[in-house]
Amino acid sequence: MSGVKMTAKVRSQEKLASDIYSLVLHAPEIATASKPGQFVSLYSKNGANLLPRPISICEFDTENGTVRLVYRVVGKGTDEFSKLKEGDKIDVMGPLGNGFTLKDKKAILIGGGIGIPPMVELAKWLDCEKSIVLGFRDETFLLDDLEPSGEVYIASEDGKHGVQGNVLDAIREYEIEGDIIYACGPTPMLRAIKEYAIANGIEAQISMEEKMACGIGACLACVCKSKDVDHHTNVNNKRICKDGPVFDAQEVEF
Amino acid sequence: MNLSVNIAGVEFKNPVTVASGTFGSGAEYGDFVDLSKLGAVTTKGVANIPWAGNPTPRIAETYGGMMNAVGLQNPGIDVFCKRDIPFLQQQNASIIVNVCGKSEKDYVEVVERLADEDVALLEINVSCPNVKEGGIAFGQDPKALEQITKAVKAKAKQPIVMKLSPNVTDITEMARAAEAGGADALSLINTLTGMKIDIHRRSFAVANKTGGVSGPAIKPIAVRMVYQVANAVKLPLIGMGGIMNYEDAIEFMMAGATMVSVGTANFHNPCVTLEIIEGMKKFMEEKGIEDINEIIGCVK
Ligand SMILES: Cc1cc2nc3c(=O)[nH]c(=O)nc-3n(C[C@H](O)[C@H](O)[C@H](O)COP(=O)(O)OP(=O)(O)OC[C@H]3O[C@@H](n4cnc5c(N)ncnc54)[C@H](O)[C@@H]3O)c2cc1C
Ligand SMILES: Cc1cc2nc3c(=O)[nH]c(=O)nc-3n(C[C@H](O)[C@H](O)[C@H](O)COP(=O)(O)O)c2cc1C
Ligand code: FES
Repeated sequence: MSGVKMTAKVRSQEKLASDIYSLVLHAPEIATASKPGQFVSLYSKNGANLLPRPISICEFDTENGTVRLVYRVVGKGTDEFSKLKEGDKIDVMGPLGNGFTLKDKKAILIGGGIGIPPMVELAKWLDCEKSIVLGFRDETFLLDDLEPSGEVYIASEDGKHGVQGNVLDAIREYEIEGDIIYACGPTPMLRAIKEYAIANGIEAQISMEEKMACGIGACLACVCKSKDVDHHTNVNNKRICKDGPVFDAQEVEF
Repeated sequence: MNLSVNIAGVEFKNPVTVASGTFGSGAEYGDFVDLSKLGAVTTKGVANIPWAGNPTPRIAETYGGMMNAVGLQNPGIDVFCKRDIPFLQQQNASIIVNVCGKSEKDYVEVVERLADEDVALLEINVSCPNVKEGGIAFGQDPKALEQITKAVKAKAKQPIVMKLSPNVTDITEMARAAEAGGADALSLINTLTGMKIDIHRRSFAVANKTGGVSGPAIKPIAVRMVYQVANAVKLPLIGMGGIMNYEDAIEFMMAGATMVSVGTANFHNPCVTLEIIEGMKKFMEEKGIEDINEIIGCVK
């Protein structure tokens, strides 16, 4: 199933940092079907912006039928979404993609920048020993949402918060250990995590990103290279929107 | 009320199909659309062997449309016949197979492989570079187009639809070449070659540098070309390029198309095809049109 497309009502919108917003949508069909690490497609009302915007599900609440999205304003679509107010409507499709595969192993959750949001729901679901490592450019966000779920460690580029440097600097500095990594963030960060996981002989599940058109696996816009021939595409390509966005770091090449 | 149309002797329950490459083989959109309700499902371009396609980014949004350089990634004809055709049959969908290749031999191989399959039409994508002729697309040279049409027609068991590229000076010259080669029908338009530059990164928006522009931004060009071709050849046409709603679909039919394909609009609304069919019915009711065939090419 590729999720449902529906018109959702905005429950609330809140600004978390300079350009970071938190949007809560009333979308019961999506909330009840969601898993940590899945995403939704948001549609612009402006016909000039035809393509859906993929945004990770930060949290979902099956009781209240809500889905929370946390996003950074970077262009036309996200700018439009940031102006939505309680009661407004927006078209949304989801849940999309595979989500994380939860394992009962000592976990390190790593979120870099706008890759942090999916860690919120994941951290709530993982019922095991876990460390949460977050990388920020400068301003922090979502700390209050993550701290109840586990020990939080921070790295920032300017060193204003936590360790100066990136998430791996924080892992080394605080001597954080685990048997599995769950990560979402910019590609260079994911690349470094893959190397780290291989060097330490541990599993890493990483959430990848690419430009999307259909969001459901039909158009082949959003592929990444895979180590083995993919059963669906019959070439060394996997569809991030359908087979991902979460992959075992060792099965993809980037 | 009659919505059924006929292309080269093949009957379709209504004039609405999907544009190749925007709908996969229907499996994913099957969650949103009852595939048996479409006039036909036109599948993603398939070659004799698997193609890995282009590096990413493969697409970029453009104003009122998009640009793609997917590079015709496809699983190859063997997997297609084993998996995708049976799936579509199971869904009771009428099938138009879009075929791509890098040489005459590639195309012919695919068409021969499909001879015994339950396929309504073969749509031949001639916007692919002809490797032997230094990479110029088959569809950009009238001689090459006539030749590939002849070669495919000689082996095809199903009627062939030559899909024209709009990246030419005179589309009617290409239409006539395909007609001379023995095409049973024509479809148009494929995407218009474009370019987008990311000014912040000082790089091309798609890795391939250029990509094919589609979506409502190209619609007026597509309607013009359908009209020109309708008046230049006797063949039935499948029109496409930026169709977003039933009004757009009717516009293409009035310009001369017997069927229409909906492409990029599926990305904006996965249910759009069925909404277009419903809209057409409403339009016919309102205007007292008994048979959709009445409007084909009605604007002269
Ligand atoms: C699986 C997935 C999950 C994501 N989750 C989040 C999230 O939780 N929070 C968040 O802030 N961002 C997230 N992103 C990135 C987000 O999709 C883009 O920031 C957003 O699409 C930008 O849209 P825009 O209209 O504001 O920008 P524009 O630059 O105007 O967009 C133009 C086009 O490019 C696409 N695009 C631009 N940047 C990206 C990008 N980084 N990835 C994919 N497509 C892009 C847009 O969708 C649109 O089609 C995610 C991306 C993916 C693939
Ligand atoms: C992502 C994408 C992939 C496409 N792949 C193919 C293809 O495999 N074969 C083909 O003949 N045309 C392909 N096309 C072109 C479409 O079939 C169609 O001709 C074009 O997009 C114009 O219609 P539209 O504006 O409704 O999308 C593709 C278009 C897009 C956007
Ligand atoms: S966006 Fe179309 S296949 Fe992923």
